[in-house]
Amino acid sequence: MEVYLDNSATTRCFEDVAALMTHIMCNDYGNPSSLHLKGVQAENYTRYAKETIAKLLKVNEKEILFTSGGTEADNIALIGCALANHRAGRHLITTAIEHPAVMQTMRYLEDQGFHVTYLPVDDKGRIRLEDLSRAMRGDTILVSIMHTNNEIGSLQPVAEAGALIKKMNSRTLFHVDAVQGFGKFRIYPKKMNIDLLSVSAHKIHGPKGAGFLYVNEKVKIKPIIYGGGQQNNLRSGTENVPGIAGMAKAAEMVYADLDLDVDRLYGLKQRFVDGVTKIDHVKINGYTGRESAPHVVSVSVRGIRSEVLLHALEDRGIYVSAGSACSARKPQPSATLKAIGVEKDLLESTIRFSFSVFTTEEEIDYTLRALYDIIPMLRKYARH
Amino acid sequence: MFTAFLIKYAEIGVKGKNRYIFEEALVQQIKYAVRRCEGEFKVTRTQGRIYVEALTEFDFEETVDNLKTVFGISGICPVVYVEDEGFERLGGDIVKYVGEVYPDADKTFKVNARRARKNYPLNSMEINSRIGEVILEAYPGMRVDVHSPDIMLNIEIREKIYIYSEVIPGPGGMPAGTGGKAMLLLSGGIDSPVAGYMIAKRGVKIDAVYFHAPPYTSERAKQKVVDLARLVSRYTGPIYLHVINFTDIQLYIYEKCPHDELTIIMRRYMMRIAEHIAKETECLGLITGESIGQVASQTMQSLAVTNEVCTLPVYRPLIGMDKLEIVDIAEKINTYETSILPYEDCCTIFVAKHPVTKPNPGVIKRHEKNLEEKIEELVETALENDELIVVR
Repeated sequence: MEVYLDNSATTRCFEDVAALMTHIMCNDYGNPSSLHLKGVQAENYTRYAKETIAKLLKVNEKEILFTSGGTEADNIALIGCALANHRAGRHLITTAIEHPAVMQTMRYLEDQGFHVTYLPVDDKGRIRLEDLSRAMRGDTILVSIMHTNNEIGSLQPVAEAGALIKKMNSRTLFHVDAVQGFGKFRIYPKKMNIDLLSVSAHKIHGPKGAGFLYVNEKVKIKPIIYGGGQQNNLRSGTENVPGIAGMAKAAEMVYADLDLDVDRLYGLKQRFVDGVTKIDHVKINGYTGRESAPHVVSVSVRGIRSEVLLHALEDRGIYVSAGSACSARKPQPSATLKAIGVEKDLLESTIRFSFSVFTTEEEIDYTLRALYDIIPMLRKYARH
Repeated sequence: MFTAFLIKYAEIGVKGKNRYIFEEALVQQIKYAVRRCEGEFKVTRTQGRIYVEALTEFDFEETVDNLKTVFGISGICPVVYVEDEGFERLGGDIVKYVGEVYPDADKTFKVNARRARKNYPLNSMEINSRIGEVILEAYPGMRVDVHSPDIMLNIEIREKIYIYSEVIPGPGGMPAGTGGKAMLLLSGGIDSPVAGYMIAKRGVKIDAVYFHAPPYTSERAKQKVVDLARLVSRYTGPIYLHVINFTDIQLYIYEKCPHDELTIIMRRYMMRIAEHIAKETECLGLITGESIGQVASQTMQSLAVTNEVCTLPVYRPLIGMDKLEIVDIAEKINTYETSILPYEDCCTIFVAKHPVTKPNPGVIKRHEKNLEEKIEELVETALENDELIVVR
């Protein structure tokens, strides 16, 4: 049995999405900038994709900028706004548990002379609004807060933060990295005072290499990629038409029955949490109920190194992640886990299970049985 | 402008009556190496010299890089051919050659002519002095120095006339496959690929064994070893890599023996298994990347204890080298960056905080008795499940 529980790293592409993309690549392969019919056909896909996404977010379609994925969306948002607004101030705020796409971009901006405040989080991985309000300054040009954490699934009070930011300084921009939240929650930037919102297609059963950035039309922003002037000069480069169309199709599909699917995911998550906490010395990081993401569970298993447990599960066809997939490349303890105060012994003993609409109860039970088997066995051979 | 390479080989020149075997092997290896390059080449051996001639357009850098991986080559001389159209014309060609290869024209030189075709109207001495004059006339900055010239300008009179003066150092050593075969214990570390390279350099064909310990070591760790074998195979030719699943043996040792002796006992079993495969595959020795004192399992005492389980000779080419010297070679043969990728190998997963550094053979043997019940069966199973990967 193959059980894929690493959906926060990436998801299986919907077959309808793949079919649409194949059709576009083989038949409607025009360049949307071309003047002829082939170009117009291609442009129709990108236009339709914009409409679809804009409708889901309840924003204007002109406010959707296609990118190569979440990382590029974050980079354009942060660097583009910093470049365009540095005369208004050089202070930025973010949280201590952002994805590296935001974290490392902030570090880059620090090197460029910007000041960044990193908001701490509580032991469940949430920022406190008091901290945000204390960090806000007259020269704060942008606040970036992730919607859903990729490692522990904690949710940030995004709407409250948006209101607070705008109340304190109406000129401060608010960026939200919603790579893990889009497709699980209804996110309405206008209602939540979000000026910029990053999304990635492959986390919602779309293709890799596609994403978008919502940019409120009032936001002053500069490009970071120059060239042929596509997408109103903000992001040059021929649009990835199949990727964009596939992303829109995937978004349409995940939002079609969102409430039902999310309820089911919370059910699966609860079933998994109930099962896994029966094992001795196992701890769930962050919240587990509706205060958390429906698809992410972070589990610390005392006495077992995460990599070993990961490979032992792999042996039974179960695919999970040690910490977060991106951090699996460099064996450093996760900054998120450190920030929520996970004790040192458990930092390297933490595994992430993440579900999707394809996950079944049978798979959850199979995984639990595997854990009941493997954990006692591995503990017998713990390193001394 | 260069259209051929003269291959210099030092050591195989002294092999007496066996010389042709080594030369043939070297020609074979050169053929393999240039097959990887763009363009077509002819490799010929005449009168104690090996020439690599380009028959088509070719990429000079790429060809030199590939020739540099052929053991047995001590130097690679890029050669210019010219037609024999009289001595006048040859003088002009030489002037052009010097101008292109040494644009500053401010070196000391010596002309060294050789007549393979004895009917050439001038003898070697005459060619030397007259070409020397031509060069001095054309380039006032050049000077003759017959004792230690900067440039040794070689002119060989054959069907065509060959001109060369540059020598690009080759790797040295002996052609692959002239020295039998040995089994390399390959881990994912820095040392073992270097050890394999060094023994292969003496003409030895290399097979390798890797001990895989899932779930404690990952698929990526195994892939890393395959990648390392591939990098080494650039020099050695195809490597047969045996992947042995070592987990159950390791866990059993862990269960039955003192933890501070785990590594040493584990290594004894690795040697036994490696030797078993070696004997079955006609290898004449084992190769390890051990270096005295580098870690607890590589002290003199530990080496003695691991060594005694083998009857085949164990070659340890790095035995007297410092880590930095090993790293230098790893960088030269391009394995270093792959070696330092952070995947755990099976030697480190259960390592005790304070492993024994001076194991006593008697004590170790006594503790190995604890394994009697199941170990043979486990070793047999591991050998039966040997996964063979041909790396090239």
